[in-house]
Amino acid sequence: MKKLLLSKLDEWLTTLSETQRIILPIKQTDQVNFGVYAPGAEVSLETLRTVKSAKDAFFPQVENMMNFRSEGKSISVETVPLEEEDFILIGVRGCDEKSFEILDRVFLSDPFDPFYAARRKHATIVTLACSRPDENCFCTNFGVDPTNPKGDVTSWIVDGTLYLTGNTEKGEALIASLEDANDEPVAAQQNKTREILEKLPFAHLDLNGFDGDHLMEKFSSSKWADLSEACLGCGTCTFVCPTCQCYDIRDYDTGRGVQRYRCWDSCMYSDFTLMAHGTNRPTQVERFRQRFMHKLVYFPSNNDGTYSCVGCGRCLVKCPQNLNIVKVIKALGGDRNDN
Amino acid sequence: MQRELMERIRALMDKGVADQVLAWKRGEFFYDTEPAILTKDELGEMVYDSFCGPNLSKYLIKEMPKIENKILALIKPCDSYSLNQLITEHRIDRDKVYVIGVGCKGKIDVDKIRAKGVSGITGVDENGDKITVHTLYGDTTLDRKDVLLGKCLFCKGKEHRIADETVGESEDTSEGSDRFEMVKKLEQMTPDERFSFWRKELSKCIRCNACRNVCPACSCVKCVFDNPNTGVQNKAAANEFEENLFHIIRAYHVAGRCTDCGECSRVCPQGIPLHLLNRKFISDINELYGTYQAGECAGQRHPLIDYTQEDSEPSIVHERGNNG
Amino acid sequence: MTTDNLIPMVGVVTQIRRDTPDIKTFRVEKPEGGKCFDHMPGQCAMISIPGVGEAMFSITSSPTVQEYQEFSIKKCGHLTECLHAMDVGQQILIRGPFGKHFPVEGELLGKDLLFIAGGVGLAPLHSVIDYVLANRDKYGQVDVVYGSRSKDDLLDIDQIQNVWMDPKNRVDVHLTIDRPQEGWDGHVAFVPTYVEELGFDPHKTVLVCGPPIMIKFVLQALTKLGFTKEQIYTTMELRMKCGLGKCGRCNIGDKYVCKDGPVFRFDELSELPDEY
Repeated sequence: MKKLLLSKLDEWLTTLSETQRIILPIKQTDQVNFGVYAPGAEVSLETLRTVKSAKDAFFPQVENMMNFRSEGKSISVETVPLEEEDFILIGVRGCDEKSFEILDRVFLSDPFDPFYAARRKHATIVTLACSRPDENCFCTNFGVDPTNPKGDVTSWIVDGTLYLTGNTEKGEALIASLEDANDEPVAAQQNKTREILEKLPFAHLDLNGFDGDHLMEKFSSSKWADLSEACLGCGTCTFVCPTCQCYDIRDYDTGRGVQRYRCWDSCMYSDFTLMAHGTNRPTQVERFRQRFMHKLVYFPSNNDGTYSCVGCGRCLVKCPQNLNIVKVIKALGGDRNDN
Repeated sequence: MQRELMERIRALMDKGVADQVLAWKRGEFFYDTEPAILTKDELGEMVYDSFCGPNLSKYLIKEMPKIENKILALIKPCDSYSLNQLITEHRIDRDKVYVIGVGCKGKIDVDKIRAKGVSGITGVDENGDKITVHTLYGDTTLDRKDVLLGKCLFCKGKEHRIADETVGESEDTSEGSDRFEMVKKLEQMTPDERFSFWRKELSKCIRCNACRNVCPACSCVKCVFDNPNTGVQNKAAANEFEENLFHIIRAYHVAGRCTDCGECSRVCPQGIPLHLLNRKFISDINELYGTYQAGECAGQRHPLIDYTQEDSEPSIVHERGNNG
Repeated sequence: MTTDNLIPMVGVVTQIRRDTPDIKTFRVEKPEGGKCFDHMPGQCAMISIPGVGEAMFSITSSPTVQEYQEFSIKKCGHLTECLHAMDVGQQILIRGPFGKHFPVEGELLGKDLLFIAGGVGLAPLHSVIDYVLANRDKYGQVDVVYGSRSKDDLLDIDQIQNVWMDPKNRVDVHLTIDRPQEGWDGHVAFVPTYVEELGFDPHKTVLVCGPPIMIKFVLQALTKLGFTKEQIYTTMELRMKCGLGKCGRCNIGDKYVCKDGPVFRFDELSELPDEY
């Protein structure tokens, strides 16, 4: 185990940033999001939840995939070089780290996504353990241990000191120059945190029945109408979610050619499935249902029972009208016959 | 007050005035109330307390075609402006709504409590000007006014601008604040400073459309930004200025109709002070055409669609534009 | 396959045939000649025009054609309007093939086949029918029921009359239109009604494609005739963007139509939410 005084963090980051890009939680006008570090940036590692998750580092909200040029009746296609530069992603909480496993299942399964794969390959991930979980955290339901996340390096903040331990060769190398430390403070913190985790209101959600075997039962529940009643059809939950990965592909005419880019999309949007002749999900009830069915039933059905939710709690905090996945789980979960 | 309100709703339902009420229902915590349409049987889920911030008026649009008789609607003083505006715009049929004006003493913003470093929130006790927040990590006492929703700091007053009856007391939580203070500050900045202010704020935008979808003035059946045939439909910024245009266009579109209900800023996940764009328009309208408050009563014609001989000459607008 | 498949190749439109007032068939080849890629009947391709957009279309021509691929496309939205406005020689972007095909080399072998199509729904079946004709001895009896709104809306009628109806191909073609029309002495009925009237032997394997409402009633007609869901295949159309089962929009239940479909057997479909 290594350690670094938080007061020395900026110094360390500045040195690291000379050779590699660093992405970590940064405060900008009152909000903390993952951003690229530059000396002087207001780093905010203690923030439990960034507004947007860490997924941007691998799957940015917008990315250009190719360019087209047209001349007369001819078209030429220019590919865009993949991002092949090493970078360090710091301050990833256990929930967000778990989300990478879910994103990997999508983007690295056949046919794999080269844009995502390149960024994934070049990242050194430094996770950060939680010591003050919020009342609406529920990651432990999804197999996350927020006191001991993995990645290339695991870090803990205890009393103004950052403790770090390498989990991979890449990780060991990153922290090699730091001072050695004993791990007692970390172990003490972990024990304390685990006690709190056990007491969280959502520590034990009943996920029984959220699987492929109960697909039609969950889909046909009469509760979706009530659950979705207040839904505004905005994309907040989707865009702050670490596992939502649906995307749109669009063309942008720059005036000097056409860029084909992809961007995050939301199944909550009315145009998500809209075709020239109509849509198969005409009202918000169907769109709302799709989002939660996908996370809790369809995804696990296709992925050995892995849910596409990591319990980060962002949708609970950010939904303008306080709808969220926990309300859905509580309404539909468990062995019940009143669906 | 919640009990009094619930009894009144039940009585109205018993009398056959309506069989549904647009209200707030209890969430998983004390603070995450959710807009809901409740029947008499579901009234037990209803909640009315300091955490019922959302403006419910827009939900009535969606209900209009379904209502045969009437629906009860709980409307706070500030929400009554939006309701009037929607009646003016023929989005809501006044005859189909029985408006219960509910008293309001300012609503608490749980995000503001969190922003004070309070986490693991499990409960709250309100004692006059103070609130005590219970958390997994101990109790904290805060000044109530420090954690009110942004919109409550510029409260429009305790009067309901539309109501069939009122239940409960209201309080003006504005404490004499000037809602144009920040607008003036922005006006005094140099164009570069102002541009940089907005770039910093708007570059956080994630194009979730929460501001638009919650906005009572954004009631177009199909928004231009959702319509693939417009050529401007989008859900991400294809270039780095696009999100700015989205917000500027939206502000223009609601100019004269925006009641300054503050929902846009309340719901923004990135905390962008979107209401300032609207307030700038309101302040300009006030200056050019005389003080005007959208939604003060139903049936108003706002200055931008109304002509009087006293209207400012376009040249005056033009000159001011050059100076700004 | 990798998501390099997101990056299209350039194809050139070498022939445009107007089939009906709102359907044109586009022949696409590589700029240097030859078809852009191999496919199997029922598979699809993403076709796009830069700056306009991209959409999934079924491949109408048979895999046995080496020189080109054909797409019968109905004008109904922005992209299809732009495609219809193209001239021969125009380059477009194309990627594929996507999805599962009809099991022409599997379960369909040796079977008596009944094709039922409505309107532009013939497009994906066209490929199968041509493939079956090219390998005629591998299959049993072949019936085609094809209907459209009017005689002018029948797709590729020349091919139907001159090739499919050629006795040496041993295909029974049953054409129908929705309403009586001058110059039409054929059958007049909606497709489902006609199917019921024709009263097919329920041992056949059915391939059906057309408007959702037609499919729904055809299914009822076939059930009445004694067919089971396991004997009936269809191909679906949903909004698609990536074609790789990742972008999420053609997701229904635990299936992605672009990857797990678009060809489904009805017993598979009936296990999925009714969201198509």
